[in-house]
Order: sequence, then C-alpha cells, then structure tokens
Amino acid sequence: MEFILAVGIGVLVASGVWLILRPRTFQVIIGLSLIAYAVNLFIFAMGRLRVGAPPALTSTEAIDAAQYTDPVPQALVLTAIVISFALTALFLVVLLAARGLTGTDHVDGREPPE
Amino acid sequence: MTGLADHLIILPIILPLVTAAAMLLFDERQRRLKAALSLLTLAGILAASVALLSGAASEGGEAPQVYALGNWAAPFGIVLVADRLSALMLVLSSTLGAGALFFALARWDGAGPRFHALFLLLLMGVNGAVLTGDLFNLFVFVELMLAASYGLVLHGSGEERVRAGLHYIAINLGASMLFLIGVSLIYGTAGTLNMADLAGRIPALSDDVRPLFELGCAVLAMAFLIKASTWPLGFWLPRTYAAASAPVAAMLAIMSKVGVYALIRLSLLLFGPAAGASAGFGDDWLLAAGLTTIAFGTVGALGARELTRAVGFSIMISSGTVLAALGLGDDRALAGALFYMAGSTLAAGALYLLAEILARDDIEIVEDASEQVFADEYQDPFDQETREEAIAIPLTVAVLGGAFLACTLTLAGLPPLAGFIGKLAMFIGALSSEGGGPGFAGWTTVALLTLSSLGVLICLARFGVAELWVPAEEPSPKVRPVEFAALAGLIGAVLLLTLFGGTVMGYMDQTVAGLGRPGEYISAVLGAEIR
Repeated sequence: MEFILAVGIGVLVASGVWLILRPRTFQVIIGLSLIAYAVNLFIFAMGRLRVGAPPALTSTEAIDAAQYTDPVPQALVLTAIVISFALTALFLVVLLAARGLTGTDHVDGREPPE
Repeated sequence: MTGLADHLIILPIILPLVTAAAMLLFDERQRRLKAALSLLTLAGILAASVALLSGAASEGGEAPQVYALGNWAAPFGIVLVADRLSALMLVLSSTLGAGALFFALARWDGAGPRFHALFLLLLMGVNGAVLTGDLFNLFVFVELMLAASYGLVLHGSGEERVRAGLHYIAINLGASMLFLIGVSLIYGTAGTLNMADLAGRIPALSDDVRPLFELGCAVLAMAFLIKASTWPLGFWLPRTYAAASAPVAAMLAIMSKVGVYALIRLSLLLFGPAAGASAGFGDDWLLAAGLTTIAFGTVGALGARELTRAVGFSIMISSGTVLAALGLGDDRALAGALFYMAGSTLAAGALYLLAEILARDDIEIVEDASEQVFADEYQDPFDQETREEAIAIPLTVAVLGGAFLACTLTLAGLPPLAGFIGKLAMFIGALSSEGGGPGFAGWTTVALLTLSSLGVLICLARFGVAELWVPAEEPSPKVRPVEFAALAGLIGAVLLLTLFGGTVMGYMDQTVAGLGRPGEYISAVLGAEIR
C-alpha cells in the first residue's frame, strides 16, 4: 500500500509540475489542482498508513496508542482540501477575467511572437 | 476568564473578522457607513496592538502572554502567543493599515466591490499569522491573508492588474503547497505542530528521522522565502506590487514582512543553541539568501523605470537585510535590522501612496481601461463624482517633496532618519561579532548594505528629480485632505521612530534577547494555566 501511494503521489506531482510549466492558463490551473491532490495524499500518509484501525479509541478499552489511526492528519487534510479548493475556484475566476480582458489563454496575456 | 484584559490578544483577530462579516450585509451604496465601520475597527485594532506592545515592553524580562483558544491546554489546543516580536508586527501592520485606509477613503474604496471587507480580512490574516503559536494554524492565517490579498490586488480591475494577479496567485498557490509539505513532514517526524512543543522535542529526535525533519523545515522555509521575496524566488514582487492600486500596494508592503517574521520566529525558536544536533540549522543559507537578495534588489532598483517598481525592489532589500542579520546570528545586528524593517516598511508604504499622487497628472486617466468582465462589479475610480472637493493646497509640491525626501532617507538608511539608526546598529553588530573581530560574513554584509544604500539613494533621487523638479507650467498634482492625512501619518510614524530611536532600539534589543531565550517561550506556552 505504501508503494502504491508513493507512486500515486509521484505521478500526480510530476504531471502537475509538467502542466504548470505550460504557458496556457487552463493547464496551469489543472496542474495546481493535481499538485494539491498529491499534497493532500502526502499529508494523509504522514500520519502512517493503517488499514481498518479506528480513528479514535473507545473509552471501554485500555488506551493503547498503537491501536488507532492518528486522527490529526485527517483533520489537517480536511482543512487543506477546503482551502486549496476555495483558492483554486478563486484562481479560476481570475483566469476567466484574464481570458476576457486579453482575449487569449496565454499566461502572459499575449501570444509570443512567431 | 476574568477581565477584558485577558482577551486583549484575540482582539486584533476577532475585531476585523466580525466587522468584515457584518459589512457583507450592506451593499456598495452605503460607502460612508462602511468607511466609518472600517475606521472604527482599525482604531480598535491599533489600540489593542499598542496596549499589547506597551504590556510587552513594560514587563521587562517576563514571559510572553499566552491565550488558549477554546480553553484547551497547549500541546492539544491552538494557542495565541503575544511576545515582543508579535506586538511589534501588530503595531506595524495596524499603523500601515491606518495610512492605507485613510488614503483609500479619498476614492480608491469605490473602485471595486467589497474593498473594506477584503481590507479588514487582510489585516486579520496578518495579525493572526503573527500571533499564532501553531504551525498549521499559521498556514490557515497565511492563506486567509493571501486570499484577501488576491482580491485586493485585482481591486480596480484593468488588464495589467488581472495579468499580474494571475501570476501572483499561481506563485502563491505553489508556495502554499510547499508550506503544506513542510508542515506535514514536520508532523510526521516530530509528532506535533505546536511550535513550543516542537522546539522542546527537537533535541530528542532520533538520528534516522532528523534528516527528514530538517528537510521538512527547509521546505517550509522555501514557502516563507517566497513570501518574503528573496532572490531567486522574489521576481514576482515588484511587478505585482506595481500593478496593485496604491493603498493596496502600501498594505502589501507588510505581507512580505510576514514571511520574514515567520523565518525569524521559527529559526530562533527551533534552531537555537538548545536544539542539539540541529542547532544553527540553515543559518548560512539565510545569510546567503539575504545577501543575494540585497544585491539583486539594488541592481533591480537601479534598473527600474517606474517609481512603483523601484519601491518594490526596496521592499526586497529590506527583507534581505533582516534575513542577512538573522543569518549572521548577532543580536545587535538583528535588533538593528528589525528597526530598519519597521522604518523601511512604513516608508515604502508611504512611497507607494506618493507614487500614485505623482503619477496622477502624467497618465491618461484610465480611459480605455477595459471591457467589463462582470458587468455589475467594476466602476472606474476616476469616473464617479468626487465625494470630496479636491483642493489645491499651496506648496503641495514642497510638501510632497519633503515627504519624498523622508521616504528616500529612510529606505536608503541615511542620517538623520530612522533607517540610519537601524543600519548603524547593524554595522556595529556585524563588525563586532564575538571571537576576535569581524569575519568575512560581517564585512560582506557591511559592504553590501553600504552599496545598497547608495543604490537606493541614486535610484530614488533620480525619480525625485524627474517627478518633482518639473517645469512650473505643469499644474501641481491635486491632493485631497485625507490623502495628505494618510501620508502625514505614515511619515509622522517614521519621524516618531527617529525621535524615540533610543527607546525603540532598546525595545528591539529586548525583543532579540527574548528570542534568544526560547526556553521562556516554551515554558510560557506549555505551562499556561487554563482559566
């Protein structure tokens, strides 16, 4: 599972970086979204991967930290998702405004000379 | 919870948040009401910040004040911590905010929707970022600050702003990703996000996770270095700030200092002498980053062809100065750099306002600006009826020239104004580093600082001559009384810094000394009693 997750994060980041380096605004925004997904997975992985472990301990059992999944990274991921999603939406609005004002989707607002 | 005094720390965050939320209830026609609300809020924040500052200054060697949000004890709950450095940043941001807001009241607040709400949210983000004692909470406040700044950079619309804003948002989204990666690496290796708790755990880190932990800190630092616009990560700053409307640009001047603040705070707290194997981590890199930023900023300022861009480069120089002093690891130098930072931030803010006034008669007033993208949203600031009669104040040019001179002297760090006191203290610190005279780093710093003073002086003097020594037949720019008040306030703050130089320098020395004792901070946060 660690291997799959690591490869997934790597592929997402690589694709994201490649897209960001494109000169077209829409590709940049998709690239940033991909990197945001990768980062969220990364935060999640930092809490150590566990399968089937409860997120919190019940009060009836003896407390053993090894028994449960660390809930903090999940809370962090939740916040990070909300923030990056909101900012991506904002970025999309600016992108549309730039497209409307400049009439091109080049990130510099004009096509490079041939 | 006892008296109101206990809740003083949270006021700079909660006041702008509540007012900004309340403002969304009123539509754009009730601008006077909004302006009044903004001014009241800002007065409240300023009062709270000054109270915190005087509290921090009077306590002498006492510990930072800690406020536990939701009454949860420190390592589990999020805390707000106000020490001398935080109080200094709060006063700086609210003073600059007051100047920018006054200036905006003349007409800029009508140039687009929701100016006041965004402005207050930006202040809230800055205040929260300097007060929080938790790394992830720092991320949240920085994002709040950035989200508000995205809106403000676009304020007034126009193609140039939208294009610069597009780059600005893309770069900062990238920086935020680095921030998150750094924070999660730190959490994964050290197991905590509370800064004080983290500082306590560093010496005990095992050797197999330490490299990973330091990697996390380095990635986190990259995010802050982008915010502080150090070379080679700061290429976006002059262009974005030059594109933003004047009051917004003045306010943005504090945002790069938030990155600098975070670097100072984390570097001294986490990697002080008590950090065991990680002590002094990254200092050399900070020194190198600071020095190259000063050099790049100087060259950039000399090559700038617009005043606003030159000011952007001088903001870079001031960030670089603080980082170089931080990397030198000398207390006196850092104290001097903090002094210079306070003076130069205020002066750069004032200079952005001045640049807009001076450019008024030069430009064809935004006629073809743009087609509207969102038909209901944008109005041209120069189209609407003036709310206030513009009066031609006699000697306008002389007064503007005086203000320009004050800003130039402060930014270049020449006597007799505040910048000089800071730079002098830096020189003394850099040249008297312990262990037998100054080393190579000290001399390089002094040489670069001197050259950058000269560069900024040449560059700004050139603009001063071109803008102010114009032939008499051209009409002098019309300036509204509130705009004068804004400028006078900012310049006045710089003059106050100069007049009370000894007192302020003493405060800075205390600040740095306090930062050098992370044990106090840690025990204050972790031992804070829950009421």
